[in-house]
Amino acid sequence: MTATESSPASTRPGEPMLSVDDIALYYGNIAAVKGLSMRVHKGEIVTLIGSNGAGKSTTLRAISGLIKPRAGSISFNGERLTGKQGHEIVKAGICQSPEGRRIFPRMTVSENLDLGAFLRNDKEGIAADRARVLELFPRLADRISQKAGTMSGGEQQMLAVARALMGSPQLLLLDEPSMGLAPVLVDLIFDTIETIRDQGTTVLVVEQNALAALRIADYAYVLESGSLKLEGPAAPMAEDDEIVRAYLGG
Amino acid sequence: MAITAVEAADSRPVLLGREKVERGIGIALLVGVTIWLIWNFIAGPVQFVNVALAGLRLGAIYALIALGYTLVYGIIELINFAHGDLFMLGSVFTSIVLVKWFGAGTGSLADWGLMLVTLVIVMAMCAGLNITSERVAYRRLRRAPKLAPLITAVGISFIFQWFGLLLNGSSQKSWPKVIPDGGLVLGPVTIDWSTIIVIVVTVPLLLILSYIVQRTRQGKAMRATAQDQDAARLMGINVDRTIAFTFALGGAMAGAAGLLYLETFGTTRYDAGFQLGLIAFTAAVLGGIGNLQGAVLGGVLIGLIQGFNDGLPYGFGQKWSQTVVFTILILLMVFKPEGILGKPTIEKV
Ligand SMILES: Nc1ncnc2c1ncn2[C@@H]1O[C@H](COP(=O)(O)OP(=O)(O)OP(=O)(O)O)[C@@H](O)[C@H]1O
Ligand SMILES: [Mg+2]
Repeated sequence: MTATESSPASTRPGEPMLSVDDIALYYGNIAAVKGLSMRVHKGEIVTLIGSNGAGKSTTLRAISGLIKPRAGSISFNGERLTGKQGHEIVKAGICQSPEGRRIFPRMTVSENLDLGAFLRNDKEGIAADRARVLELFPRLADRISQKAGTMSGGEQQMLAVARALMGSPQLLLLDEPSMGLAPVLVDLIFDTIETIRDQGTTVLVVEQNALAALRIADYAYVLESGSLKLEGPAAPMAEDDEIVRAYLGG
Repeated sequence: MAITAVEAADSRPVLLGREKVERGIGIALLVGVTIWLIWNFIAGPVQFVNVALAGLRLGAIYALIALGYTLVYGIIELINFAHGDLFMLGSVFTSIVLVKWFGAGTGSLADWGLMLVTLVIVMAMCAGLNITSERVAYRRLRRAPKLAPLITAVGISFIFQWFGLLLNGSSQKSWPKVIPDGGLVLGPVTIDWSTIIVIVVTVPLLLILSYIVQRTRQGKAMRATAQDQDAARLMGINVDRTIAFTFALGGAMAGAAGLLYLETFGTTRYDAGFQLGLIAFTAAVLGGIGNLQGAVLGGVLIGLIQGFNDGLPYGFGQKWSQTVVFTILILLMVFKPEGILGKPTIEKV
């Protein structure tokens, strides 16, 4: 049996936290994503997987308000996000660690973390989160006053995730957080994602490393050429040889 | 592996050799200029100091204008060709507000207060104009090819000049100044009152600007936006507002420069922005465009160079002023293309 079309909504009770409805995303006149719908519920780890160019990063960019959907809508906690600007979406509680890290290279690690908390005023909360991310990534504590652009790729990746966490988001979007990391660190990142979820943050993670993502995720969406191919609980998907072979390059 | 090692060993000494030659020429030039300065100083110390002070005064005005170029370039990589004309409008606004409206320039003590009020008004007017041009024109072109906003800036430059023509007429106008002629006499040297006022106004403005950029939330947002706009958005930064704020800061500095220029030279011209703008832009490039300290350093340096060249006994004289400035710019660009304090572009990701 496959994990497809088995009325997935029934397995996930309650109102979704993030709801993407039938969105179409374009770059100029080229469609990158068409008719995509997906849900993320509070407390879940949801993964969005698919091959290169499938439209995963584009989808996350749309959720964060960096590109506007040409059709469809996105809402968060019942509030419509479509039409809002990027900074308003952060304010609503969604932070992203983007593809390619996009840390601020001429600023120190410390300044990058401060910028992650740009919209917050709660001094104690910020200090607590800073301590928390430095505990999650002790490597960053060692390099706290180094210019971020001079760090190794893996260190920059950790910084990107840590910086997103500094916004204390309700929903954390991670675009390929294991990119460029050594195998040991890949395991560490996936463990960390679970820890982040256990500490109360809902996570939507895009990954090339599909099997690893499915292992920690509760629910998965598979994109192919900008359209939804499959969705369902993650664990059965990882065990389904046919799916693994067809979509996950297993 | 072996091959690359050999190649590296081959190419490195060659590169180092060229660097040494370049550095040698650079140092030789600097030594030459220093000797020339000392020579002039010995020939006439009083004249030297007077000329240096005049150069410093001019340099401070250049620095204020140069900051506007470098702020805007730093954040959206636009060379704002209209900026010199904004400075010109600053001087024209000053003549209107201070002389026509407030009736200052009669030599009364109240003039000083009126000048301070005018400074605030003119800075606000120029900030407002700069924000408006960003809002109406450049913002829409932010995702367009680089040439589009550049040509638009040229267009805005013409609009500003036309505006200046409307307010000031086509000929140069002279205005009464609040700052009296003469100055503080210190033995053989006289420091002009205008020099003192220019410094007294410029230094606090620079300190405030530096505080805003380095220490405030808005400044942090500016620096983040300058490095990566989308990443800044993901931090919750309102990028549009941050860019507008940057234009406001640059505009305010141009307004202050306009007032100081009028109070120093006492004239307005609708096309004064072209030449001064060009020199201030040169100052920004000389210091390293995008770098705030660089703009100030470049401005002061060019002011001093012009002062020395125009006023010293062994200088080339005023008609060679521009030639000397641009020769120095070209020499610097050959040896250090990123400017005195600029970072090599490699660091820009
Ligand atoms: N800025 C852009 N301009 C034009 N087309 C783009 C742009 N960014 C992405 N695309 C196109 O949109 C499609 C989806 O890209 P996207 O980056 O979302 O893929 P992805 O699933 O994240 O792939 P990857 O796993 O390689 O990161 C691709 O065909 C890509 O070429
Ligand atoms: Mg991607």
